[in-house]
Amino acid sequence: MSLLRKQHSVLPGFGLSLGFTLAYLGLIVLVPLSAAFLKTAGMSWADFVAAVASPRVMAAYRLSFFASLAAASVNAFFGLIVAWVLVRYAFPGKRIVDALVDLPFALPTAVAGIALTAIYAKNGWVGQWLEPHGVKIAFTEIGVFVALTFIGLPFVVRTLQPVLEELQPEIEEAAASLGANRWQTISRVLLPELFPALLTGFALSFARALGEYGSVVFISGNMPMRTEIVPLLIITKLEQYDYRGATAIAVVMLTASFGLLLLINLIQKWSRRHHRV
Amino acid sequence: MSIHVSNIHKSFGAFTALGGVDLNVPAGKLVALLGPSGSGKTTLLRIIAGLDEPDFGSGRIAFHGEDVTRVPAGKRKVGFVFQHYALFRHMTVFENIAFGLNVRPRRDRPPASDIADRVHRLLKLVQLEGLDARFPSQLSGGQRQRVALARALAVEPKVLLLDEPFGALDAKVRKELRRWLRRFHEEIQLTTLFVTHDQEEALEIADEVVIMNQAKIEQVGTPQEVYDRPATPFVYQFLGNVNVLRAPALAPAVTPGGPALVRDGHIYVRPHDIAISPFVAGAGGVEAEIHGIHAAGPQARLSLEQLPGRELIEVELSRSELVGLDLKLYDRVNLRLRRSHCFSEDYAI
Amino acid sequence: MAVVVTSTFVKPRLMAEAPLRATQDPRWVRWLLTGTALVFLAFFLLLPLVAVFGEALRRGLGAYFAAVGDADALASVKLTLIAALISVPANVVFGVAAAWCIAKYSFRGKSLLITLIDLPFAVSPVISGLIYVLVFGAQGWLGPWLIEHDVKIIFAVPGIVLATTFVTFPFVARELIPLMQAQGSEEEYAAITLGANGWQAFWRVTLPNIKWGLLYGVILCNARAMGEFGAVSVVSGHIRGETNTMPLHVEILYNEYNFVGAFAVASLLALLALVTLVLKSIVEWRHAQAHAA
Repeated sequence: MSLLRKQHSVLPGFGLSLGFTLAYLGLIVLVPLSAAFLKTAGMSWADFVAAVASPRVMAAYRLSFFASLAAASVNAFFGLIVAWVLVRYAFPGKRIVDALVDLPFALPTAVAGIALTAIYAKNGWVGQWLEPHGVKIAFTEIGVFVALTFIGLPFVVRTLQPVLEELQPEIEEAAASLGANRWQTISRVLLPELFPALLTGFALSFARALGEYGSVVFISGNMPMRTEIVPLLIITKLEQYDYRGATAIAVVMLTASFGLLLLINLIQKWSRRHHRV
Repeated sequence: MSIHVSNIHKSFGAFTALGGVDLNVPAGKLVALLGPSGSGKTTLLRIIAGLDEPDFGSGRIAFHGEDVTRVPAGKRKVGFVFQHYALFRHMTVFENIAFGLNVRPRRDRPPASDIADRVHRLLKLVQLEGLDARFPSQLSGGQRQRVALARALAVEPKVLLLDEPFGALDAKVRKELRRWLRRFHEEIQLTTLFVTHDQEEALEIADEVVIMNQAKIEQVGTPQEVYDRPATPFVYQFLGNVNVLRAPALAPAVTPGGPALVRDGHIYVRPHDIAISPFVAGAGGVEAEIHGIHAAGPQARLSLEQLPGRELIEVELSRSELVGLDLKLYDRVNLRLRRSHCFSEDYAI
Repeated sequence: MAVVVTSTFVKPRLMAEAPLRATQDPRWVRWLLTGTALVFLAFFLLLPLVAVFGEALRRGLGAYFAAVGDADALASVKLTLIAALISVPANVVFGVAAAWCIAKYSFRGKSLLITLIDLPFAVSPVISGLIYVLVFGAQGWLGPWLIEHDVKIIFAVPGIVLATTFVTFPFVARELIPLMQAQGSEEEYAAITLGANGWQAFWRVTLPNIKWGLLYGVILCNARAMGEFGAVSVVSGHIRGETNTMPLHVEILYNEYNFVGAFAVASLLALLALVTLVLKSIVEWRHAQAHAA
């Protein structure tokens, strides 16, 4: 416990609160998570590679990666516009729109999944108009992308909003007084200021999309090699009682997620330093 | 109730906040802990209150001879007023003041009517009658300050400790409130120690001033003592303006009765302790030339250059004196040091 | 859609010639961006929400209430409430304890601790369920011992509660930690010098100061606890009327092509989401007010 030695304080409760925090963290999070890594450590290298690099799994990685990337990119673009509009412009119903942005956080993913399917299936609300033009969304990769866009949407908006609100108007006025036109002000002054937050929002949205399950399984159709995402593959293996296979894929995903988490922390640290001018 | 502090050490990592401090605060006095920021004065106050502990094994704190070093903050019977007041923002003024009584165990807690009486007496004492239902956010800075004071007094403390009591107030309220605190202290006669970085404040209202610098106490004394007879160059420079002159250059100038000269020492003299007269050859004293005359305000300020040494000297004199002397720019004058101090080394501040 | 009050006496041309401030965009830009944002949000947010209620009521109110009142549906509501009623308070106690030790004391390893608390957010829901199967499942670490003592965790209510607790783990803590750090400890110190003990300082001073932040965390935590799908799906075993939470019941009905039933239960969850958004906005507003004061 020497790592956690504290400086003296007259407020009581340090031992109790820290002890409870560490015990609870250990029991609920750290011990179960370590189970995944320990289970995999018991596998031979060949078994591990066979489990995590079979063609079906590779196809799922590709789909999860590219669909998440596309969804996060679309969210970064539109999220920037939504955040800008919500912070800078006045329009009726703005407060409701602002509250609605959090819907993907509040709406259970399974509900989102069946709703999106009802909209984009070939006889669905929107699907019936697209089908005659040969555009299929539900049960294709595009459906996966649509679901991932839905659940990742709030991340970009909510990361950008506070940064936009704190941008001082003086910065824009200074740029204007130095002769920059509005577009130059935005592209050379505002966007660079917003970039770290935009990148953080993008990364958060991407990370969330990689692990998403509930909203995707209904709309994707779950066809092996085509529309199977990685989390679904884990479920499939579990249902076949292939615990080792499921855990091996889980370890690959966990490693990717923790890498992303580290990256996001680094971006934030970097942007804090960058902004402390 | 007197406060005795002996041999207190406190460090935060590599930084020494207090390096062996001893202090006596006599009962019933209003004492100022004065020093620049980072000198350790707030740390000392917090250690006396029991909010911080001295380094392991060091020091002893006693109230009226009774050792309280191991007594927790809540049982020391100190009233502590925080720099930013630390009023409970979700409680009314009444609830804030009554807090210390309401948290007592049931058997020691006065009945509700007694508590209400005491709160109202205190509100009257700090001149905030009728504001008992307000929340802290609805009060001005000066009013919050007095609520914090009333709250600290409600538990009938044996000593009162105030951390930068006027630090968060604007200049005008500050002046009013510190005079009020002086009168208030005379009324309640409670041993009071307050921290400040404002020398004017300390000199104006304290019975005794404790000057701290770099984790040590430099001098303790009445305002007049510390101002007129600073014990160290730091105190000299910290309390008001001072000219620092290299001693050898002034060797012929110092009048009999001044300090004995030390080789390579420095002479400290306040601008208003220098007498100025029109130049007369061979009159003795320091010869200087006037390089600037600033006559705005009640006091006139002259900047001069000492003639052989080229050292800068500042002199303050009354405006009538200035008019009487009929001085002009680049006039030569004689200077005489009325009162000065000699220290053998130049202390960096 | 920018609100511009135009007087009928002033010709629009004159308005347009008024110089723009340096922080203002031309009107066509404002319209274009606002329009784009609203169309995007309408398609991706509003449409799915409307679709849930539309599909649920497709066969009329009678079919809707029959679906909602179904015994299995009610059992799933009950289980969802039980899971939330256990996991949310557990995470509240944890969040308060974690925020107290992180905000009120300085110790080494603090930033590592904060990162670890956020960890469950980085874990896919499916994996959140899987790890409990690895610990408590029949093939898991404690499996043989649990079978021997006839304790069921996986494919039973305790597993659902554990998985729910895991996925909602950081919500309360991450609201309270920055809030309590920003508030500092001076008020608690003041309470201590006035003779309060630690509990009194916490109940009478700390808690009233963090109540809005705490409530905010509870609202978010509860929404996620009631709506969690992936993690619960792995540990539940999908036993009708016994280990199905509402989201799982939605899935089963949907896969049986009972769309009205699925959307009817889903509409309850959508209502919960809307209530969550409203409460969240109210708390944000109150919190901002408390801070402005």
